[in-house]
Amino acid sequence: MSDVLVFAEHLQGNLTDSTFELLGKGRELAQTTGGHLIAALLGKGVEPLTEQMGVAHKVVMVEHQQLAAFNPEAYAIALKAVVQSLNPSIILIPYTSMGMDLASALSADLGIPLAAYVSEVKIEDGTLMTVSQMYGGKVNVESEFSGNPKIVSVLAGAFPAEAGKVEGTPVIETMEAPNALANLRVTFKQWIEPEGGDVDITQQDVLVSIGRGIQSQENIPMVEELARKLGGALSASRPIIDNKWLPKSRQVGKSGLKVKPRLYLALGISGAPEHIEGMKDAELIIAVNSDPNAPIFEYAHYGVVGDLFDLLPILKEKLGG
Amino acid sequence: MHIIVPLRQVPDLVEDLEIDASGKDLDREWLKYKMNEFDDHALEEALLLKEEVGGAVTAVALDGGEVDKLLFTAAAKGADRLVKVRGDFPTPLNSHAMARALAGAIQGLDYDLILTGVQAVDELDGQVGVLLAHYLGIPHVSVVTDVQVHDGKAVVHKEYAGGVMGEFDVILPAVLGIQAARQTPRYAPVSRVRMAMRKSTIEEVSAEASAEGAPDIRKLFKPEKGAGAQMLEGSPEAVAEKIIHILKEKGIVQ
Ligand SMILES: Cc1cc2nc3c(=O)[nH]c(=O)nc-3n(C[C@H](O)[C@H](O)[C@H](O)COP(=O)(O)OP(=O)(O)OC[C@H]3O[C@@H](n4cnc5c(N)ncnc54)[C@H](O)[C@@H]3O)c2cc1C
Ligand SMILES: Nc1ncnc2c1ncn2[C@@H]1O[C@H](COP(=O)(O)O)[C@@H](O)[C@H]1O
Repeated sequence: MSDVLVFAEHLQGNLTDSTFELLGKGRELAQTTGGHLIAALLGKGVEPLTEQMGVAHKVVMVEHQQLAAFNPEAYAIALKAVVQSLNPSIILIPYTSMGMDLASALSADLGIPLAAYVSEVKIEDGTLMTVSQMYGGKVNVESEFSGNPKIVSVLAGAFPAEAGKVEGTPVIETMEAPNALANLRVTFKQWIEPEGGDVDITQQDVLVSIGRGIQSQENIPMVEELARKLGGALSASRPIIDNKWLPKSRQVGKSGLKVKPRLYLALGISGAPEHIEGMKDAELIIAVNSDPNAPIFEYAHYGVVGDLFDLLPILKEKLGG
Repeated sequence: MHIIVPLRQVPDLVEDLEIDASGKDLDREWLKYKMNEFDDHALEEALLLKEEVGGAVTAVALDGGEVDKLLFTAAAKGADRLVKVRGDFPTPLNSHAMARALAGAIQGLDYDLILTGVQAVDELDGQVGVLLAHYLGIPHVSVVTDVQVHDGKAVVHKEYAGGVMGEFDVILPAVLGIQAARQTPRYAPVSRVRMAMRKSTIEEVSAEASAEGAPDIRKLFKPEKGAGAQMLEGSPEAVAEKIIHILKEKGIVQ
């Protein structure tokens, strides 16, 4: 009743960083509730992954062919069965592509409350409290829950992964796969790998990164020139990629790449949580944005409130040849 | 092929957001709203599918704010039918309540496919699309970037980190949470929206919705200012100098 359950997310055979972030946080929460930290591991042939989850007291494993690759319907069925059998007090699910499918499904299916976009979780006087980053990171919402269980869907990168990276041999409990997996309406077909790009932005020392503030495709050569002068490459936020102004391989963030350059120069990027998770660990972040309230300024080391088009030509000129 | 696209308005983040006197909601009196950008992608994908395989697109929105304009804009872009859902909805309207109201309204309509935006910036208690699928008892896939339909099923691509995608077959009817349409959402000039206002009618249906399923909001607060960046001030000249100085200090430029 006071246990903390973590959905152990894995993609193409590897546990994701989010899983370790949640395991670390989950362990801390379980200490407060006086319960156990339990990981729900759904998949096929996934037992070797349990060795990386030494921080958990127990791993509950459900194996089935339909769980071999993530499937929103199959995973929701299996996770629901785990929750119903364990009746944990807190369920931690990453706010990732998989977690988005699972957390809301579980909430609707079991009629239990859910907070998404969570960046902070605490137990205060026996009450679970969360902070969610809403409105693109511009306003935070502090919430509390009553009753058990409840679902907390946590932003990637909200907690250190290190605390969850403990090797060991947790108790493994195998649960029988629910019969409903035999009758699915969603079927996984295949993986599609991203096309390789001309540059690998994860290997660059310097990234000049552009967002919707760049306004049009015609302005891209100008920033490309700046990137060249700084000995780096261009990267971008999602809308630039969706507009097909740059290839997908240049996207930083949740559904793009995680980068850690020595310099990340963010031009006209607001700093939505989905972007921040991809670049917040850069060594030096300088952000230029015309909106003084842009969330990017909370993560940048240096900020400039102003029009990027005023600054850019001068910066380029001063950098010379 | 009958496609339903639920549309909603969200606060325009370009504007300043203020917190109201209760401390538990945004001050909505002067708030500027716009269509949730992912809903715009869902509508675009729906219109493209209709162009490919035929059928109709119905835009559905819950009553409130400038909902009529939202629906007429959808008509101007090509939606065939407009439905406004009325009811005694809780405020602020959370995702669970919105999904229940939409489910109530959509139950009475014909549909093969429901396309929602993958998320919105105000979904504290989860994604409306996924909740809606469960209230309707149909499957869902979210974070979808590609949809094809044939023989009573959809073939979709779901995106994960790093641009890796999974391909799925989904038996219809289903809800898909659209991340990005195949092309940039089309633009509806004001003249066309005005014409839609004259020519289209908005049907009204009523639905009920409880807000259960969300946590209790204690308070809203702005992220701490100054917790982050050291601000560089002055003319563009002076700022450029300062940036170059920092880069030299860190050994990034000579
Ligand atoms: C499942 C999912 C995955 C996602 N994955 C990613 C991802 O991987 N990467 C990603 O980036 N996003 C991702 N997003 C999208 C994310 O939610 C935001 O929509 C996106 O990051 C916003 O991009 P932006 O900052 O460029 O645009 P906006 O939020 O529109 O910001 C533009 C900024 O430019 C500023 N600006 C405008 N003009 C100027 C000027 N002349 N000078 C200076 N500043 C100016 C504005 O003040 C504003 O702050 C994802 C969303 C979902 C739902
Ligand atoms: N895709 C587009 N095609 C043409 N004009 C556009 C487009 N998007 C925006 N605009 C123009 O920009 C103005 C602001 O648009 P918006 O950002 O949608 O409020 C509109 O009044 C249009 O004149």
